Amino acid sequence: MSIVTVQLGQCGNQIGQELFDVISKDCHNAQGQSNKTETEAYRACSQERFFSEDHGKDTPSARAVLVDMEPKVISQAIATAAKSGIWKYGEQSFFCQKQGSGNNWANGFCVHGPRHERDIMNLVRRQVEKCDRLSGFFTMMSLAGGTGSGLGTYMTQCLRDTYPHSFILNQVTWPYGTGEVIVQNYNSVLTLSHLYQSSDAILVHENDTVHKICAQLMNIKQISFKDVNKVIAHQLGSVLQPVCTSDGTAEYKRNPLGDLMETMVCHPEFKLLGLRNIPQMSDTALAYSAFTWPGLLKHLRQMLIAHAKMEEGIDWQVRPPLPGLPAVEKFTGNKESRFNTSLSNLLILRGKDVQSADQGAFADPALYTSWRPPGSSITTWRTPIAFNRYEKLATLVSNSQLLLKPLDSIVGRAWNMFASRAYVHQYIKYGISEGDFLDSFTALEQVISSYSNL
Amino acid sequence: MTQSIVVQVGQCGNQVGCRFWDLALREHSSINKKGIYDDALSSFFRNVDTRAGDEDCSGLSGKKIQSLKARAVLIDMEEGVVNEMLKGPLGELFDSKQFITDVSGSGNNWAVGHKVYGSTYREQIVECLRKAAEQCDCLQCFFLIHSMGGGTGSGLGTLVLNILKDEFPEVYRIVTSVYPSAEDDVITSPYNSVLAMRELTEYADCVLPIENQALVDIANKIKLMSHSGKVGAIKQETAIISGQGGVSVQEKPFDAMNNIVANLLLSLTSSARFEGSLNMDLNEITMNLVPFPRLHYLVSSLTPLYTLADVNIPSRRLDQMFSDAFSKDHQLIHANPKHGLYLACALMVRGNVQVSDLRRNIERLKPSLSFVSWNQEGWKTGLCSIPPVGHSHSLLALANNTCVKPTFMELKERFMKLYKKKAHLHHYLDVDGMEQECFTEAVSSLSSLIQEYDQLDATKRLIMEDAPRLNIAV
Repeated sequence: MSIVTVQLGQCGNQIGQELFDVISKDCHNAQGQSNKTETEAYRACSQERFFSEDHGKDTPSARAVLVDMEPKVISQAIATAAKSGIWKYGEQSFFCQKQGSGNNWANGFCVHGPRHERDIMNLVRRQVEKCDRLSGFFTMMSLAGGTGSGLGTYMTQCLRDTYPHSFILNQVTWPYGTGEVIVQNYNSVLTLSHLYQSSDAILVHENDTVHKICAQLMNIKQISFKDVNKVIAHQLGSVLQPVCTSDGTAEYKRNPLGDLMETMVCHPEFKLLGLRNIPQMSDTALAYSAFTWPGLLKHLRQMLIAHAKMEEGIDWQVRPPLPGLPAVEKFTGNKESRFNTSLSNLLILRGKDVQSADQGAFADPALYTSWRPPGSSITTWRTPIAFNRYEKLATLVSNSQLLLKPLDSIVGRAWNMFASRAYVHQYIKYGISEGDFLDSFTALEQVISSYSNL
Repeated sequence: MTQSIVVQVGQCGNQVGCRFWDLALREHSSINKKGIYDDALSSFFRNVDTRAGDEDCSGLSGKKIQSLKARAVLIDMEEGVVNEMLKGPLGELFDSKQFITDVSGSGNNWAVGHKVYGSTYREQIVECLRKAAEQCDCLQCFFLIHSMGGGTGSGLGTLVLNILKDEFPEVYRIVTSVYPSAEDDVITSPYNSVLAMRELTEYADCVLPIENQALVDIANKIKLMSHSGKVGAIKQETAIISGQGGVSVQEKPFDAMNNIVANLLLSLTSSARFEGSLNMDLNEITMNLVPFPRLHYLVSSLTPLYTLADVNIPSRRLDQMFSDAFSKDHQLIHANPKHGLYLACALMVRGNVQVSDLRRNIERLKPSLSFVSWNQEGWKTGLCSIPPVGHSHSLLALANNTCVKPTFMELKERFMKLYKKKAHLHHYLDVDGMEQECFTEAVSSLSSLIQEYDQLDATKRLIMEDAPRLNIAV
């Protein structure tokens, strides 16, 4: 089945371009490993998922729609793709205007959204028509800006209305805690609260975390946005590339988004997904490293339960609460309560000897909230094909309290600003009322409370 | 790609504008080697085929440059400066439909500029602006350049601002206002400035106040540096006071200072014109830096002031650039942002600087600055990959900071000194349509502005508690 990707705003378009790049390179690299039929199946599945081929003579075009209110980023993305020689963007599959949304969510949502809905949905429809079978939509956007967040939210609602039976996965880039856009907390609150109604799941990447990964694990001295985007693309690729179910049949999963939702989102109140992967390192270090599955999974499990965002500085003291005892230490912000309770986890394993890896450590019921029936909360998908030159790679998609703290901090900051009504006039100008703000705050406080009480 | 129109009013406005166009051409020609009319050029210039009877071929981006015309409206109530510009090497940039002049000047009287010339020339100004706007494909912003002390710039300049608000409500209005020094030779400059301030507070989207004395100090500093020869030679064309490499050959007395303002405008618009890994469009400036509509005065600073000819730049220089941007010696008005309270701060970086450099420097500088309680993380950043001519990198810092207050208070004081004695008042009241109320309203507008900054300043040392969060019934 195929996925139609919608890239929105500067951030979404930059990450999208990196994602398609990593996917097509990965497919090229897949040759020569494992047996030939296996590789062919993997490649064919990935191609069908992300690219369309016009009569097989051309380089494949990404099943993507590029949207921005400003032309510079899109033209760069299209040019970079064309230069790669192994994939490209569809010729007429982009939409841009001349003037950006100016970091104003209301401008994107109330003005640009309704104005350009028809044109953008037409582009989407054309991509959908090229798919034999549609699994759903994957949108990429940032929470901070105006186009990605505001227009992105509006377009997600349009997708939901037009394709009520398709799955929608929103990838959102969480802004740096400081120093990107001043009104980012307002924009984030408005985006998340609205997405919670129309999206099936929201997959979050935090810029601060990825930045740290670049600095500490990848050893990059002067980190650029390109480096950050490459790491995000790598993580996304490791989730979205083809993978088999755990029951031993070497059949690649057909409905990537549907399967993801089925395993990860068991309740509409819990839609925030976080990503962890291991190992993650620079190419040079990778060449000299060897890993075992038990070692990787042991680290990954501790990263999960100890709120560690990467394989460095993991707190090994954190342990799951003893069975039988209620988890008293709920989320309160103090240091003692660092145990991360999960709702569901998905383990994706790629590479050598993958059948030998044991998910047992993740099946411990103490890791999960009490109302989940035992055994239903952890799923493992595997493939012997190595991803993006990593001989072994484990990715964990987690619906847990991982994002509670960042969410709480964004809502808190936005609320503080809202208390003095700073910047609110800029939103009112485009048709968002104080009441709309309050509704969004209420919706997110509800989400915070739900996750806190896991 | 969007376009902007520069509206230059009065002697000061036109002199600064003249420097702006020269340096803008210099910047684009250093980047655009092939002579192709591209999107970046289109933001301030039209491409016109003069042989085909001035036919506009701006829409044809990617064509060869025929003849560039500035997207500008020139207004002065004397002819001197504008005429000189038209005769000079920049003359070709403008055609006769783009300027409005008179012969007798405003006599340093705001009322003459605002009321007399305002009513005489209103239609003509509207016509001129409309013409310029029609030649744009997507007009985003008007840049008004004027001075506060004289008659034409402050009086007619603020009337133009009114017109812009009425005629083009959707288009941003960014005003560069040159404030008089304390020892200004125009005796009525406090009147003119305070009368103009009210208009700026009401009708501008944001104002970049610039003080003459601050420009003089920066210019002197650079000259001292280049003559001392201690640190090694300065690359002449990189000094922000230099016009070297432009088309104007002779240097005029105010050119050094005006070049600073021209560089400010170039840096401000760089991210909208050129590509970068984190674009910062012009409409993001007000969105991020203006939390309350009236408090839109942004203190700006440009660093580095020059680049040394020695190319072995130690890496410390990059961090120094960030430190300098917050020191009081680099601000374009006499103010110390470290003593004030930040409402918001933007860093617009050009050249070879990455996001990690930005983050490191923000972390480093944050402890020495105080931010208002509800905007502790009030930083906006932009990364544009094209540096200014001759530099490897540069920074423009814009601060919405209560440190502008002393400038306003001083202005008010000087105003009151004259006003109490009713000195020169009759020159103003003789003008048709000028009432005493204009004065009282202007001064009370300024007082309430100062008061608003006061109230924010008062929160500076207090530890503000977080607003109590909404409770959710579980």
